[in-house]
Amino acid sequence: MADLSVRFAGIYSPNPFWLASGPPTNSGDQVKRAFDLGWGGAVWKTVGEPIINVCSRYSSVDYGSHRMMGLNNIELISDRPIADNLREIAEVKKLYPRHAVIVSLMVESKREAWHDIVRRTEDTGADGLELNFGCPHGMSERGMGAAVGQVPEYTTQIVEWVKEVARTPVIVKLTPNVTDVRYPGRAAVRGGADGLSLINTINSITGIDLDDFTPRPKVGGRSSHGGYCGPAVKPIALNMVAQIAGDDACRVPLSGIGGISTWRDAAEFIALGCVTVQVCTAAMHYGFRIVEDLADGLANWMDERGFKRIEDFRGKALPRVSDWGDLDLNYKTVAQIDEKLCIGCQLCYVACQDTAHQCIYVGEASGASEGDSAAAEARAADGARRALGIAASAGHAPTWVPEPFQVRGEPIHTLVSGHGLLGDEAREVRVPWVKQDDCVGCNLCMLVCPVPDCITMVEQDTGKPPMSWNQFQRQARD
Amino acid sequence: MKNRAPRLTNEQYSCNFADIQKPLTTEQAVAEAARCLFCFEAPCITACPTHIDIPGFIQKIHNDNPRGSARLILDANPLGASCARVCPVEALCEGACVLNHNHEKPVEIGRLQRFSTDWFFERGMPELFELPEPNGRRVALIGAGPASLGCAAALRRMGYEAILFDRNPEPGGLNTYGIAQYKMTRQDSLNEVEYVKSLGVSVRCGVEVGRDVQTEDLLRDFDAVFLGVGLGGTHKLGIPGDELPGVVEALLFIRKYKTQSYGEVPVGRRVAVIGAGNTAIDAATAAVRLGAERTWILYRRSEAEMPAFDYEYDLAKQDGVIFQWLTAPVEVVGTGVVEGLRCVRMRLGEPDEQGRARPEPIPGTEFLLEVDMVIPSIGQEKLVEWLAGIDGLQLERDRVVVDPATGMTSVPGLFSGGDCVNGGMEVVNAVAEGKLAAAGIDQFLSARAAT
Repeated sequence: MADLSVRFAGIYSPNPFWLASGPPTNSGDQVKRAFDLGWGGAVWKTVGEPIINVCSRYSSVDYGSHRMMGLNNIELISDRPIADNLREIAEVKKLYPRHAVIVSLMVESKREAWHDIVRRTEDTGADGLELNFGCPHGMSERGMGAAVGQVPEYTTQIVEWVKEVARTPVIVKLTPNVTDVRYPGRAAVRGGADGLSLINTINSITGIDLDDFTPRPKVGGRSSHGGYCGPAVKPIALNMVAQIAGDDACRVPLSGIGGISTWRDAAEFIALGCVTVQVCTAAMHYGFRIVEDLADGLANWMDERGFKRIEDFRGKALPRVSDWGDLDLNYKTVAQIDEKLCIGCQLCYVACQDTAHQCIYVGEASGASEGDSAAAEARAADGARRALGIAASAGHAPTWVPEPFQVRGEPIHTLVSGHGLLGDEAREVRVPWVKQDDCVGCNLCMLVCPVPDCITMVEQDTGKPPMSWNQFQRQARD
Repeated sequence: MKNRAPRLTNEQYSCNFADIQKPLTTEQAVAEAARCLFCFEAPCITACPTHIDIPGFIQKIHNDNPRGSARLILDANPLGASCARVCPVEALCEGACVLNHNHEKPVEIGRLQRFSTDWFFERGMPELFELPEPNGRRVALIGAGPASLGCAAALRRMGYEAILFDRNPEPGGLNTYGIAQYKMTRQDSLNEVEYVKSLGVSVRCGVEVGRDVQTEDLLRDFDAVFLGVGLGGTHKLGIPGDELPGVVEALLFIRKYKTQSYGEVPVGRRVAVIGAGNTAIDAATAAVRLGAERTWILYRRSEAEMPAFDYEYDLAKQDGVIFQWLTAPVEVVGTGVVEGLRCVRMRLGEPDEQGRARPEPIPGTEFLLEVDMVIPSIGQEKLVEWLAGIDGLQLERDRVVVDPATGMTSVPGLFSGGDCVNGGMEVVNAVAEGKLAAAGIDQFLSARAAT
């Protein structure tokens, strides 16, 4: 069985799964329950001078029938007295000495205030500190959170103040609400940060109620922008992690955050160099119990791949993150449709014809594209036009004018019912084909295809050596 | 009736005849709509005889645009609400759904269509179409069933005045009188007629063409006439005793329970339905639901030849209907009332001219089935005599012959569609043929105006 334990800047954690700072880590009881269920660590909800929250606080974006693709919140840092938080942190740490307890902090941008909160927090026995320089709402207007994280000089300054007194590792949590996340990352490392965590939430308005024109979440007929998180933000987070992990000025341990819901998500962040991952929305959606499969799934995958420790695959994807200019211009793939698997929805066909590179056709034998190509092309183009014409009449023109409906150019009178059009024969006549000479290998058809493995992108031997844009430019210069 | 089944309580009746298919909630409809792949040139559209833009209306359900969804449906099929309830969808749109090829259950197109059309009627039929000014030309439609309603709606939307004549007290044809209550109520059908009327179509009920007014007069007084008379009553069994009280033909039986209160419809304790088509199933399940203790369906061929759709067959089996395959009635016996049905076992012999195995009696296998009621359901008669009264109207196999491209009969200006042309098909076929004839009428009158 794979060993999931990790050390983050010296902090031991039985597995890489930490609860991110947020509502799930608001109290000792919650964190204890989470540890009992298997979480390796928790970043305590940001401790600072207690604030007053509004009601309501969360809103979300659903996708199809899937709830909470993205979650948005306008909640602030902990609304509980600092002393209560610190007492519970000490208690948890005493009960769970082998778990990672990190405390998120945010106070006024004053040296004394930071010194004071760092000392008091470390007195609890907590394993490390996470500086919240990312909160995008409420606190930033008061000169904290993202207001610090968005100005590299402030970031460096405050990290320096913290490091003056800190005895435990200091992690800086980065905001994504910047043009280039590497600048605040470098600033934090310059100030002495022992680790970075990213991303914090993204500025967002999730939606507008069209009945009363109020954005969500509603607070007495108004709303405010919030912080967006959940599965929807994962691609943005992965990119920012890759940027930081690949930056020579940010050589510190990383804790990945952003839409992690499954072990696969976690493995992807680790493959980009993260030592631990932090989870919030998925736990808020399903409860702490999700950690069981996060750990189980990751361990099983590692066993299958022969990875004994997290370190064995950590950062493995990083060398493959490349600048566009270094990609091989002579690498070529083309789409191939499995005629047996195709169910005839023709989404690839309309996507390719309307919005991609016009190389998928319907209605003519695919073999025809080889041999007599000019005639075949003409036939294919004709077939495509006809098919498009049919759809236009079905979709847009008033169908109540009962013109004989056409299928493949043959009128089907309404007096004939559709009985003859069922079954595998009906499927076969709808299978599109790819004119591979025209295919640019864009992937769109494969992406829209609802059937797994029906459309594959097949590598073509171009007979040309690899050549990147940068090489091409250099050659042209020489 | 010798032994009448005891009356049930009103609660039992309303439970027995309640909607068999629960309508989808908004959440369910949106979730089901999300399953639609939004195929290009979708095969479900082709499979629907009225060519409703199915992915289009489903997309609109998904996107919270119920009015747009209802408009797409009713644009192509003014009887979209009843088709949503009674279409044999597995043989049409749902049968063509590409998800079938992916080993998944098809999108529930019928139920989604019902969701949108229910919305339309529950909202009091909000205006969907801008109607053109009347163009001054008038078309009479004989019969106010699905074919005529489909034709009239299309005609009115092209500017024609359309007037329907029906001998029944209420319009809607078999939609009103002939469909099992748990699939569609009489009121559902009448609501749909109200929708067609809201387009500006007139309906005159209780007028029998041939008695109160002659077809020739209509042909003279109107610019065109559409014949949507459907079929006649159920065929007689043609065996001794088939006139005994207690022999009630299927469509009449269904019509009775749909127009009277359930308790007033006499039903036997033991009921034999003859025939295994969809109407036979409707009659058999109605007998069970009205309180019959035992109900048989007798069919002279075997299960494999049964014309009823699979889901109808399943429904009857769930209702406890007993199927007697390869069994034919020989004589209805009883003194004064039905007391039993003498039957004979059959076997399948040589194929007939249509290639169907010809059933033949097995000598010496006669037996008596004790029943109190016999419901023949062996197909509807053609209105041969009535149709023969129209001068110059060409018939073939007792059906009205039309030009398949225009719906025009052999009589210039006389068009036709629906069961009297196709011999008895689905509501959706009737609507499609009505639409087709509307286009034919438009073409015909435009050409006439041009000369």
